[in-house]
Amino acid sequence: MGVPLRASDRGSFAGALREAGMTSLLAAAVMLPMIGVFTTPLGGALAVDTRLPEIGLAVVLVFLGRLGMIRAREGRPLEAACVGGAVTAAAVFGLFPGDLLTALAMGGGLLLVTGALKASPQGTAAWQSVMIRAQNTPNWGVWVGGGLIVFAVVLPWLPFVDRRLLDLATLVLIYVMLGWGLNIVVGLAGLLDLGYVAFYAVGAYSFALLAQHFDFTFWTALPLAGLLAAFFGIVLGFPVLRLRGDYLAIVTLGFGEMIRVILINWVPVTNGPDGISGIPRPDFFGLSFSRRPPEGTGSFHEFFNLSYASADRVIFLFYIVLALALLTNLFIRRIRRLPVGRAWEALREDEIACRSLGLNPTNIKLSAFALGAIFGGFAGCVFAARQGFISPESFTFIESAIILAVVVLGGMGNQLGVAIAAILLIGLPEWFRELQEYRMLAFGALMVLIMAWRPRGLLAQRAPTVRLHPDGDGS
Amino acid sequence: MSALLTVEHLTMRFGGLVAVDDLSFEAENRAITAIIGPNGAGKTTVFNCLTGFYRPSVGRLCVTRDAHRHLLERMDGFRIAGDAGIARTFQNIRLFPQMTVLENLLVAQHRRLMRASGFSVFGLLGLASYRAAEEEAIARAVGWLRRVGLEKHADWEAGNLSYGDQRRLEIARAMCTGPVLLCLDEPAAGLNPRESSELCDLLLTIRDQDGVGILLIEHDMSVVMSISDRILVLDHGCKIAEGTPAAVSSDPAVIRAYLGEEEGAA
Repeated sequence: MGVPLRASDRGSFAGALREAGMTSLLAAAVMLPMIGVFTTPLGGALAVDTRLPEIGLAVVLVFLGRLGMIRAREGRPLEAACVGGAVTAAAVFGLFPGDLLTALAMGGGLLLVTGALKASPQGTAAWQSVMIRAQNTPNWGVWVGGGLIVFAVVLPWLPFVDRRLLDLATLVLIYVMLGWGLNIVVGLAGLLDLGYVAFYAVGAYSFALLAQHFDFTFWTALPLAGLLAAFFGIVLGFPVLRLRGDYLAIVTLGFGEMIRVILINWVPVTNGPDGISGIPRPDFFGLSFSRRPPEGTGSFHEFFNLSYASADRVIFLFYIVLALALLTNLFIRRIRRLPVGRAWEALREDEIACRSLGLNPTNIKLSAFALGAIFGGFAGCVFAARQGFISPESFTFIESAIILAVVVLGGMGNQLGVAIAAILLIGLPEWFRELQEYRMLAFGALMVLIMAWRPRGLLAQRAPTVRLHPDGDGS
Repeated sequence: MSALLTVEHLTMRFGGLVAVDDLSFEAENRAITAIIGPNGAGKTTVFNCLTGFYRPSVGRLCVTRDAHRHLLERMDGFRIAGDAGIARTFQNIRLFPQMTVLENLLVAQHRRLMRASGFSVFGLLGLASYRAAEEEAIARAVGWLRRVGLEKHADWEAGNLSYGDQRRLEIARAMCTGPVLLCLDEPAAGLNPRESSELCDLLLTIRDQDGVGILLIEHDMSVVMSISDRILVLDHGCKIAEGTPAAVSSDPAVIRAYLGEEEGAA
C-alpha cells in the first residue's frame, strides 16, 4: 500500500502504528460515503440512517490487519500471528454483527496467521514440507473427491441442513453436472461453447412436453431428454465444424439464443413466455411422494409405513441428482482414458497434427458436442423435475456464462476443480444474499480473486490418461 | 515392380502463383528420397499435396500399398494416413504439448484402438479385448520410445522435452501410425551435429529394418548427401535435377540455383 513511510520509522513500532493508522483512515474515507449512509423508508418519507458502529469495527480490523502485516514483514511474525489469531477467535465466537463481517474477519485473520507462519523461517520450512508432501501424494485429489462424495451422501441427515439448504445443494449438483458436461466440449476438446444452455433447455423442455402430452414419467423421459439434447448437439456441431476459437464462440452463442427465442415464440408447443407448469415429480419405483397419491398408485410414506414428510421428496431428488452426477463423473473419467477421449485432447492441442495422424476431426468434434450435450440434457431434465415449472426465463445467456465460469474457474479439464468451482459459484451467491444489491459485486470480486490467485483455474493440473512408470517420479 | 509413390504432372496454383509446376517423380520402397531446393521452391507444398492438406490443381498422386493403389488427390485428407499409409512430420514441430510423450504415441494409433474399443462401447464396459489392444499399443509405443531414446521420459509432457527430443518424438509418432511412406519436413533443423548424426542413423534403420520409404526435405546438406539414395532438386516449383547425391551435387543447374549465375555466363 502506498502509504509514505519515513526512513527513520522503518522497523520501529511507532512507524508501524503510523502506517496502520494511515491505512485505516483510508479505509474509513472509502467506506463512509459508500456504505456508511443509507436511506430507509419511514412512514412514507425517507429517513437517513447510518452504519457507524459496523464501519468503526471494520476500520479497527483494517488497522489490526495492517499492523500485523507490517510486523510480519519486519521479521516479527509472532506478533502478526497473535493478532490474526485473536481476530479469528473473536469472529468464531460471534463477536461481530452480521455474517459477512464475521466471515471477512475470519478469512482476514486466517490469512494473517498463514502469512505470518510463511514469513517466519520455521513456518516457511514447515509450509514447504507440507507442499512437497502434497505434491508427492498424487492421490490427494482422490481423497478430497471421496470426502466430498461422502459429505454429499450424508448431507440430508446432518442436523443443520434444512429443506432450503438441501434444495440449494440440489441446484449446486445440477451445475456440477452441467460443468462436467461442458468440460468435455471446452476443457477436453478445446471448443469454446457459449451456448451450452441450449442443451440444458432442450433437456428441460423435452421432459416437460413429454410429460404434458404423453404422460411420460421422469424415469422414461430422462434418457430421451439426453438423446434429444445429443441430437441438438450434432445439429449444432455440423455448421460449426470448420470454425475455431472466437468464431466458434460467436456461433454457439447465437445457437443458445436461437433456442431461447424459439421457446418464447413457438407458443402452440412451448406455451411461450408463460412456460409449462405441473411437471411431474420423480417417483420411487412407481411410488409417488405426494400426501394423497392419484388413484391407482401407491405413495412412498404409505408403502413404507412412514408418517408423511414433505421433505422426503426433496431428499429423494437430491439423491437422484447425486447419483446422476456420480454417473457422469464415472463416465467421463472412463471415456477420457479411451481413444476418443485422447483424441479430444489431441484435437485441443493441434488439429493439423490430428489430421496428419489419420484422426477424423469431424467425428471427434461431433462426438464431443453430442456427449457434452447429453449431460446438459440430463441436467435440464432434473432441473425441470426440481422446479415443477419451466419457462424460457431460466435459459438465458447468463446461465451459459455461469456454466462456462464454473469450468474455467475450476480448471479446464479437471473434474474435481469443476465440482469445487460449482460449489463456490452457485453456493456463495446464496450465502451473500445478506449483501442485497452488492451480491453480484461480491460474486464478481470472488471471480477476480480466484483468477488472480490461480490464473489457470483452481486445479489446473492435468492427470495423464496412462502412465508407463506409475510409481516413478516421472523423470 | 512399381514404385511406392508415383507423382505425375503435379501442379499447385494459389490464385496466380504457381507453387509447384508440372512435377513428376517417383519414390521407391526402402529408399530415402530427398527433396532439396532454395527457400520457396515449393518443397513443403509438395508435402502438403501428398498428405491431403492441399488439393492439387492438376496431377495424379498414387501410392501402392500391399499391391493396392491409392489415388491421394481423391482422398479425404485425414484418410491418407490410415488408408494410404503416409505419415508426416512438420517443419515447425506439431506435437500435443500438454499430453505426455506416451499419450502422443497412443493418439497416433487412434484408428486401431478406436476399432478395438468398439467405438468406445467395449472400452467403456472395460472388455478384455480392448485392454489387450491397448497393451499392445503401449508396447508398440514403448518400442519406438526405446529406438528414439525417450523411454525414461515417457510420462513427461511432450512440451517439456528438449528441441531435439521433440523432433525425434515426432518421427516416432509418425511411425506409430504404421506407414509405408514417411515424409519428413526438415527433421534436422535446429539440431546440433551429434543429434544430426543420430538422426541419420535413426532414418537409416527406419529404411532398412522397417522397410519404409522416406521422403525427406532438408537444408542440411551433410545429412542429405550422407543418407539419400536419390535427390530431387526443385527451384521455383520446377524440377531442375534428379539423381544420386554425387550426380546432383555436380549438376550445373543445381549449382546455379543455389549459388546464382556466374557473372558474364549467359
